[in-house]
Amino acid sequence: MQYVWAFLVGGSLCVIGQILIDRTSLTPARILTGYVVAGVILSALGLYGPLAELAGSGATVPLLGFGHLLAKGVRQAVEEQGLLGCLTGGLQAGAAGIAASLLCGLVFSLIGKSHDQN
Amino acid sequence: MHLSSEEYARRVQQAGPPSPIVRDCLWAFCVGGGICLLGEWFRQRYLAAGADPDTAGTLTSCTLILLSGLCTTLGWYQKLAARAGAGSLVPITGFANSVVSAAIEFQSEGRVTGTGAKMFTIAGPVIVYGTAASAVYGLILWLAGLI
Repeated sequence: MQYVWAFLVGGSLCVIGQILIDRTSLTPARILTGYVVAGVILSALGLYGPLAELAGSGATVPLLGFGHLLAKGVRQAVEEQGLLGCLTGGLQAGAAGIAASLLCGLVFSLIGKSHDQN
Repeated sequence: MHLSSEEYARRVQQAGPPSPIVRDCLWAFCVGGGICLLGEWFRQRYLAAGADPDTAGTLTSCTLILLSGLCTTLGWYQKLAARAGAGSLVPITGFANSVVSAAIEFQSEGRVTGTGAKMFTIAGPVIVYGTAASAVYGLILWLAGLI
C-alpha cells in the first residue's frame, strides 16, 4: 500500500509542477526554489509531516520533501541549541543531499562529455 | 478585416492544436510517480536492512542522486526530461541533474569558473532560499519558545 501512495502522491506533486510550467512563465529554477520554500512552509504548518508519514518517498523525494527536511532539521536544532540552531539546523539536515549532488557533479564532469540537450 | 487582440487570440486558440497540458500532466504524473516509487523501493530495502527512518530517507536521496548523475552523464536523463517535464524536474533527481549537467556542460570554461561555479546556477538559488526559509522558521520557533 505504501508503494501505491508513494506513486500517487509523488505523481500528483509533479503534476502541480507541470501545470506551473504549462500555465505560467516560471522557469525551472524558480519552480524548484518555490518547491523548497513551500516545503519549509508546509512543514512549519505541520501539514507535510503527516503526508510524509503516509506516502514515504512519494512525499520526501520531490523537492518539497527537501524543504520539509530543512524545516525538520531546524526544529530539532532550535530545541537543542537555541538561537544558533536557526543557522545550523537546515543545512545540517540537507548536508547529505547537497554534498552528494555536488560530488556527483564534480566526479561526473571528469568523465562525462557534453551531450546535445535534445 | 480588423480584429481586436482578444478576438485574434481566440481564433489562434481555435485553429491551433489542442492544448498539450493533459498529455504533459500524464507524463509528469507517471514519470514523477515512477521515480518516487523507485525511491520507496530503495527506502524499504534500507529499512529492512535495519536503518532508522531518517537514515533510510537520507540514503534513498543519495542513491537517487547517484543514479540521476549517472543517467545525466550518459545523456539519458535529458531524453526523459524532454517528455516528462516536471516529472523529472521536481524529484530530487531533477536537482541532481541540474548540478551534474551544468558541471559537465561548462567544463570547457575551466574547473573553477566553469564546473565549480556553474553547478550552482539552479542549485544555488534552491539552497539559498531553502536555507533562508528554514532560518526564518527557526527564528520564529525560538521566539515562540521565549514566550
